[in-house]
Amino acid sequence: MSPTAGRTSRLDETFARLRARGERALVAYLMAGDPSLDATRRLVVEAERRGADVIELGVPFSDPLADGPVIQRAGIRALAGGTSLPRILEMVATLRAEVRVPIALMTYYNPVLAFGLKSFARTAADAGADGVLVPDLPWEESEPLRAEAEPAGLDVIQFVAPTSTPARVKTIARLARGFIYLVSLTGVTGERRELPKDLDAQIRTLRLLTTKPVCVGFGVSTPDQVAAVAAAADGVAVGSAIVRKIEEYTATPTLIEKVGDFIATLKDPLRAGSSAGFARAILGGGTEERAVRRATTVGRGA
Amino acid sequence: MTTLPDARGHFGRFGGRFVPETLMAPLLELEKAYAAARRDRGFQQRLASLLADYAGRPTPLYFAARLTEHCGGARIWLKREDLCHTGAHKVNNVLGQALLAARMKKTRIIAETGAGQHGVATATAAALLGVPCEVYMGAEDIARQALNVFRMRLLGAKVIPVESGSKTLKDAVNEALRDWVTNVHTTYYLLGSALGPHPYPMMVRDFHTVIGKEARTQSRRAIGRVPDVVVACVGGGSNAIGLFHPFIEERRTRIVGVEPGGGGLASGKHGASMAAGAVGVLHGSMSYLLQNDDGQVAVAHSISAGLDYPGVGPEHAYYKDTGRFEFVSITDEEALEGFQALTRLEGIMPALESAHAVAHAMRLAKTLPRSKVMVVGLSGRGDKDVYVVAKALGMEIG
Ligand SMILES: Cc1ncc(COP(=O)(O)O)c(C=O)c1O
Repeated sequence: MSPTAGRTSRLDETFARLRARGERALVAYLMAGDPSLDATRRLVVEAERRGADVIELGVPFSDPLADGPVIQRAGIRALAGGTSLPRILEMVATLRAEVRVPIALMTYYNPVLAFGLKSFARTAADAGADGVLVPDLPWEESEPLRAEAEPAGLDVIQFVAPTSTPARVKTIARLARGFIYLVSLTGVTGERRELPKDLDAQIRTLRLLTTKPVCVGFGVSTPDQVAAVAAAADGVAVGSAIVRKIEEYTATPTLIEKVGDFIATLKDPLRAGSSAGFARAILGGGTEERAVRRATTVGRGA
Repeated sequence: MTTLPDARGHFGRFGGRFVPETLMAPLLELEKAYAAARRDRGFQQRLASLLADYAGRPTPLYFAARLTEHCGGARIWLKREDLCHTGAHKVNNVLGQALLAARMKKTRIIAETGAGQHGVATATAAALLGVPCEVYMGAEDIARQALNVFRMRLLGAKVIPVESGSKTLKDAVNEALRDWVTNVHTTYYLLGSALGPHPYPMMVRDFHTVIGKEARTQSRRAIGRVPDVVVACVGGGSNAIGLFHPFIEERRTRIVGVEPGGGGLASGKHGASMAAGAVGVLHGSMSYLLQNDDGQVAVAHSISAGLDYPGVGPEHAYYKDTGRFEFVSITDEEALEGFQALTRLEGIMPALESAHAVAHAMRLAKTLPRSKVMVVGLSGRGDKDVYVVAKALGMEIG
């Protein structure tokens, strides 16, 4: 069932449903193939069961320049296991029979180019992927991919950064499909002890320019941070913290369960009427004992 | 020709700006600042006087009589970038960008380096301007270019070892980009070759075209015409585009870029992205790229750290497609022969990078008559490489 243009995408439906319920989305990132594609398949099933609303499926790349050490290591593990974009798309196709959760592929541009833009768009959509995020593809260069993805029914999700000017934000918001990914900070992926103090203002500014769903990511790693961000956003993306859990339990029989438990704690503050929730919107500080424990330093290098 | 790149930094289908959104505004700001500096006479004068009094320009165009005699064919002239302050062409671009960084009121400079020549040049300019400087360098390159690492430290720069990926130049660029995306408000990324996102390929080219402009004037004066062939080694492509660019419209001049053939193209261990690469995106621009079928970037191999890069600048890719530039490759072994020949015959010890250009020039000279004139870009001097050469030749130092 190849989706057709002009339809409501699974991502649109998901955000509409959550909005109607007063709930926020948990966008959970997993590196495909870490520790194996079979484990990833089981992790996606568990993630959906424990409350993830969108799965961001990382495609490993040799030169992940937007990623910090945790996701870099996961990518190296995945590549060492022979993971490739074609094999990931095969896995997504089998997954589709098991889960309803929207799946967005997070991939650098070169693997997509090597696959071929047209066949990538078709194969990904046919496999049941819903969107694609390409961190090294700013809107100026995104036309060729959008021209193939949109007719195939694959949402090209766009990024907004703290450095984006209002003029850029307007264009990005207009082109965005699915949701807008707001990069919380200047930097690479990775857990942060504190989120930027002006994040709240950033989200609100973006809201003035668009009604599309806004999800915030980069640096968000604890339930408290999730709660704080959720006060203003439609969704929160957590990557490195989940990937670190996978790294921690990788060869153990409890891998799926432990990661599932963690995802459940991240989703908790996002549920409607959660007490952990939106009232205590403390950004850039507040309760962060748990964050401190596993915090890495901001920026490059582990 | 001077209209390339277009407004979005494209050289035909190559180039562009493939970077995280966070870097887009800074790149646009850089582009604007560079355009303003280009029009600013004060800036141009400061740069010209530094190039003359500090870097030692113009560099000579030297007739290599004994090398020519040895080859028994076309006459070989050397464009002596090895005589630049710090020992390589890299300083041309570095002085330009360092002045730009100061003009943009950036308080910190970062750079990547392969052979260490760009790192040394950047550390030098940072010392000159009194700006803190950090240089990313692959751990493998740190091991094989120890002399340059120490020079950078003496100059007050911090050398940060990069342990990711292949631990060479490609990974140093990744790490520098990660630093820049993090410290974008205060930091100037002083990129060292004609690659990366727009405006770098254009800007780095512009700062190096002084090489080709001088060579054109000098060859008119020395031989009464432009050369028949210009030859330069191509890592990212900065010394080559600097030499080549002023000759693009000289239709009678053949333009030849020399890529690192490593252990030979058949061995799979090389850095010949033109000969064996496919079009792809790395480090912010579209160009030819060594990669596998899944779009994973391959690890390059070369005896010379400065050529050990799986990509190539986008303008070179464009002129490869149009046929204006030719590309050939020279193996590690041939480069070592070129190194020894130039050292013994002319008393000039070239950088191993430049030795690739020398080796190809020797090969080509033998096939051409004495009436033909060749200009070879001697991009740097070889002091930094003596340990690697000693090891390759099975010799001991001291
Ligand atoms: C002496 C010398 N020549 C050539 C190169 C290769 O760089 P490019 O191709 O940018 O000139 C380097 C790089 O480190 C170098 O040090």
